[in-house]
Amino acid sequence: MSFIQSMDQIFITLQHWIAGLFPLWLQPAVMAILAVVAILGAFPAIFAVTTVLERKGLGRMQNRLGPNRVGPLGILQPVADGIKSLTKEDIVPFTADGLVHFLAPLVLVTAVFLGFAVLPIGRNMVLVNMDAGLFFFFAIGASVELSIFMAGWSSRNKYSLLGAMRAIAQMISYEVPLLLSSVVAVMITGSLSTTKIVEAQSGFTGIFPHWYVFTPWGFAGFILFVIAALAETNRSPFDLPEGESELVAGYFTEYSGFKFALFFLGEYLGMLSIAGFGITLFLGGWGAPFSFLGFIPSWLWFFLKLFAAISFFIWLRGTLPRLRQDQLMNFAWKFMLPMALLNLVVAGAWRFLGEGWQRWIICSVVLLAAYFLLGRTLMRHQKLGPRSYRYAE
Amino acid sequence: MLGEAILKGLAVTAKNFAGSFVSEERMTTVQYPEERIAPIENTRDFPVLIYDGADPMAGLRCVACQICEKECPPKCIYITKSADKKPDYVGKPQFYPTRFDIDISVCMSCQICVEVCPFEAIKMDTEFELSTTDRFGGLLFDREQLAKSNEYYHSIHPTEAAEVDARLAEEKAKTEAKAKAAAEAAAAKAATAAATPKEAPAKEPLP
Amino acid sequence: MIHGIGIVFLITSAITVAGALAAALLKNLIHCVLCLSITLAGLALLYLQLDAQFAGFAQILVYIGAVAILVVFAILLTRGAGIPEYRNVSSSWLVSLVIAAAIFALLTWAVIRSFPATAAGAAPGATVQSIGSALMSTYVLPLEIVAVLLTVALIGAVIVAMPESGAAGKSIEKGGAQ
Repeated sequence: MSFIQSMDQIFITLQHWIAGLFPLWLQPAVMAILAVVAILGAFPAIFAVTTVLERKGLGRMQNRLGPNRVGPLGILQPVADGIKSLTKEDIVPFTADGLVHFLAPLVLVTAVFLGFAVLPIGRNMVLVNMDAGLFFFFAIGASVELSIFMAGWSSRNKYSLLGAMRAIAQMISYEVPLLLSSVVAVMITGSLSTTKIVEAQSGFTGIFPHWYVFTPWGFAGFILFVIAALAETNRSPFDLPEGESELVAGYFTEYSGFKFALFFLGEYLGMLSIAGFGITLFLGGWGAPFSFLGFIPSWLWFFLKLFAAISFFIWLRGTLPRLRQDQLMNFAWKFMLPMALLNLVVAGAWRFLGEGWQRWIICSVVLLAAYFLLGRTLMRHQKLGPRSYRYAE
Repeated sequence: MLGEAILKGLAVTAKNFAGSFVSEERMTTVQYPEERIAPIENTRDFPVLIYDGADPMAGLRCVACQICEKECPPKCIYITKSADKKPDYVGKPQFYPTRFDIDISVCMSCQICVEVCPFEAIKMDTEFELSTTDRFGGLLFDREQLAKSNEYYHSIHPTEAAEVDARLAEEKAKTEAKAKAAAEAAAAKAATAAATPKEAPAKEPLP
Repeated sequence: MIHGIGIVFLITSAITVAGALAAALLKNLIHCVLCLSITLAGLALLYLQLDAQFAGFAQILVYIGAVAILVVFAILLTRGAGIPEYRNVSSSWLVSLVIAAAIFALLTWAVIRSFPATAAGAAPGATVQSIGSALMSTYVLPLEIVAVLLTVALIGAVIVAMPESGAAGKSIEKGGAQ
């Protein structure tokens, strides 16, 4: 293998080498354990880096420095945060439902870690190559709602329960556009397996890649997927369930210390895994953006794209104000659902119109017209004039 | 168009982000313990007692009238008036406070004590880094801790101190002028009384 | 003798049965719902063991992700989540035991009767692709009927939940007040 290919497959070779040290009957288990340990180590490390990036990035956007006391430029801040959350007293309210209160963060973290199993991080680097991989991911994502309900209800706190109900309503509403917007990628690929979807995007015409985001339906699908993904992980501007100014801390008000850290971890890991999925479905997974950049290892491309996606999420968080609950619901059911359904029709038309420039024009025109019309109906009842002030005499 | 405002907002945030690395006026953070912003002149934090001259206890302007103790809204001033009088900075016998405690954990910096003091004895300081690890009295300041010299007052509130000094000097000049006039009148009266003693009985009938 | 009972099947079925028993016997209704979710997850694991990936993941997505949440909302919106006031065992337990035994016998007879005479050959691949093409060709009429049924249910729910407005609403309010 040439040097480039050996760098590309370096983790696979490492895995096989370590497994080779064990007897034959133990080898499949060892390979699986190694891959699981790699995931358990890599993604929480990325989570730690993400928290620092977020605080420094948000700070710079708000004309201030972020944390800069712990370590050079503040990069050891997650260590300080981790030590703080481990040493804080674990307070469980007296009337809380003890077992459910304890299990809720565990269910969340387990479900989120399970979702990483079908993410293709590089060439041949998938933990489990399932035929219905995409479906598995969304099914596990749906289990997260149950853990949020458990957290909100077991605290016996009306604010937690209210926050949990709002969070569940938000997640259920945005689940439908999330699934529908990802179905277009499945339709064109013809398979639910994540590895096949990435491989279908790995060709190049000239120097430009075959990523789905560069097609009209793929672009619309990608935008819809990103918005629905932000709403699924309770991320700004959809973070009403955990808004500090509205509901104290929403459904994890009564959690302190390590359980709070687990919720935090679960939320950020969910954001990472769904960003990874968006990259897999629309941005070509581990593929290079130009054909002459193929010498960079595939796993490095995946992490670079993940870094870009996370930076975009942080940018959005620093820019947008929070959406109200009814604005959220309106947006999901009145704008995103019709757009996602129309996107399905357009993707089908794309497939059946055959190759050529006509399908680009027709699909783009239909999607843009739908976007404008739906946008207008959404903004119709808003009185957005200049503000008028009344002062006390 | 839906989404136009979001794009504009994203452009603003991106400009802020990029600008924070290059331009100084965008980044307004002051790295606190190493850099400090100088307080403006009218800053007020906690009260202190002003003394004139070199000896803090003898030069205290406070005469223990206890007006500030009565006017203080959270009642954080504790004064005990002395039984005797001691000469002050100019030599005149005055009462003095044997105990003057301010609990600065209670004080709300409202400056009412400064406003009502007739003797310009209590003024507001600008010192705020007063935190202590002593839970049981570290924040109860007594007379010695509260006494600050007039020169110190000039250094923290120059305009105010100059104005106070001018007013005190003017009052002192007025009292001195009045005393001199009274002394002159008494001397003139004694001189005229010595010159014409027979006029006195004629002024007997009273109106 | 039933072939292919492995240790994984025993563990999964133990979890499923334990969850179902807990769901029936626990006093706190929310705990019952959570144990029901464990049962549904166990069922999904059983489907996955039989290599029916689509059925297994659809079970998790639909049942745990939607039906369990629906049951929870129903419990919370009625009075069921408070202190349980009812006894756990009803007074007519003998009759219910007889009925339960009768149903169990019927189901067992149906299951045993469906075993093939010889052991089945290679399991037919029920891949997602084959399910999809079957839905679009052989079973397209049931698919459309289910879609119509779901639409009717949605519209019905919206009508039931819509606030009353106009003269009809006022007359109902007046009638209720009298």
